[in-house]
Amino acid sequence: MDKRQKILDFMTRDSRISAAQIAAMLDMDESEVRRAIKGFEDDNVIVKYKAMVNPQKVENGNVTALIEIKVIPERGTGFDSVSERIAKFPEVKSLFLLSGTYDLLAIVEGRNLQEVSAFVSQKLATIERVQSTTTHFLLKKYKEDGIEFFEQDRTRRLQITP
Amino acid sequence: MNEKVKAIPPSGIRKFFDMVSEMKDVVSLGVGEPDFVTPWHIREGSIYALEKGHTSYTSNKGMKELREEIAKYAAETFNAPYDPNNILVTVGVSEAFDLALRALLNPNDEVIIPEPCYVSYKPLSYLCNAKPVVIGTKEEDEFELRAEDIEEAITRKTKAIVLNYPNNPTGATLSKKRMNEIANTILQNKIWLISDEIYSELTYDGSHTSFASSEEMRKRMIFLHGFSKAFAMTGFRIGYAAGPEETISLMTKIHQYSMLCAPTMGQMAAIEALRKGKEEMLKMKEEYDQRRKLIVKGLNKIGLNCFMPKGAFYAFPSIKSTGLSSEMFCEELLKKEKVATVPGNAFGRSGEGFIRCSYAASIDEINTALERIEKFINNM
Repeated sequence: MDKRQKILDFMTRDSRISAAQIAAMLDMDESEVRRAIKGFEDDNVIVKYKAMVNPQKVENGNVTALIEIKVIPERGTGFDSVSERIAKFPEVKSLFLLSGTYDLLAIVEGRNLQEVSAFVSQKLATIERVQSTTTHFLLKKYKEDGIEFFEQDRTRRLQITP
Repeated sequence: MNEKVKAIPPSGIRKFFDMVSEMKDVVSLGVGEPDFVTPWHIREGSIYALEKGHTSYTSNKGMKELREEIAKYAAETFNAPYDPNNILVTVGVSEAFDLALRALLNPNDEVIIPEPCYVSYKPLSYLCNAKPVVIGTKEEDEFELRAEDIEEAITRKTKAIVLNYPNNPTGATLSKKRMNEIANTILQNKIWLISDEIYSELTYDGSHTSFASSEEMRKRMIFLHGFSKAFAMTGFRIGYAAGPEETISLMTKIHQYSMLCAPTMGQMAAIEALRKGKEEMLKMKEEYDQRRKLIVKGLNKIGLNCFMPKGAFYAFPSIKSTGLSSEMFCEELLKKEKVATVPGNAFGRSGEGFIRCSYAASIDEINTALERIEKFINNM
């Protein structure tokens, strides 16, 4: 793995890590690391820095739904034009094209059940190339992006051992 | 009570352990075990074994399946082919080491022990009524042992030498050249080698060469290894010894009476580790390597001279510039800045003037510890 990839690995794990620290750990100059990070930002490789919030600790009452969508692809653009249209709705947090029994999977967030239902029935389902939708409301998040949200026993190493 | 046991001095680590346990907000660089939890697939393997009811004794030597996996691993990883029948699964390398001494030594035999070294080598030799003969390794040699120092220490009574590379507490490894010289000395003088290679996978800047990769050496040595460090499995307590048939059979005799067998769920976990654990092990190794560079750079920047250790997960900086003894330094550092380290002299007299800093700690902990040590030194 080259050093650029390693810098990215460090930053995906903790975007607040300092360039000096990365430099020390990868045997690089700090300025070299800074340049690489600047490059990632300029090239849209690093798109954004944001905090990961534990959903079990925040009671904002929001609801999330995973929505399976079957669409009719279009000659020339395939799935892209209809997908881009769906993705533009701010309610859609993520959108993926999948293989299998349906085509798109949208992750939609709203303030309550009614809001999400209204979005699906009025906005999503009425798009011309959308054939059908199946909505699954999310009940609990256990793990996301490699982070487990449930309380874990802290490992208790002795503080001094030979 | 037994006079011999009573006469053994308490471990130099004990005092610090007691102090730390009374304190809050301590950042510890004093831990001699991985900060990773055992990889989940290994834990899951052990849980599965329990569910399936693998809760009885195994054969004294350990499960055949495990010994076969160990033989395969030793051959592939260390170029050290052993017959599974000449492998004994033990309760950690600690037990294996004790058995090796008890199988080899007669009263008044001499055992050469290079220091600084792991805390159990001397007391256990002493309990065998043998005489530990200590050689000090030096900072200017990056704590590598020199064959000429062994030559000097050898007498007619010398039975064995104990080596531990990569080394706890110094992080030193042996160069191929030094290793060949030492091997020649051992063979020429017909003494035994007990080689504790528990940290071998954690060798950075190059790869580990085992003494057991030489056919001639395999006839004169007991190879000790285990799962605790590389696979982050300390609590499972699984180690092993490999060696010539006669030695292993004597060790097995003691083991069968004192231990019967190593824990069964630990053995099951070890099988899983050897079959599927390499990828996660290499990931942990890479992280240690990065932290090694971070801590060594940090210590040198603070003014604590530290050579770049090539193995294990310890940095061994000199604190001589502060004018304090190792013990004073660690005690004051702990009291004033709440950073726990281990004084070098806990590992033998030649460790005086150094402290052991384990980098089996998170990056945050290492950074906080470095900041606090810097503050401590600046306020001196």
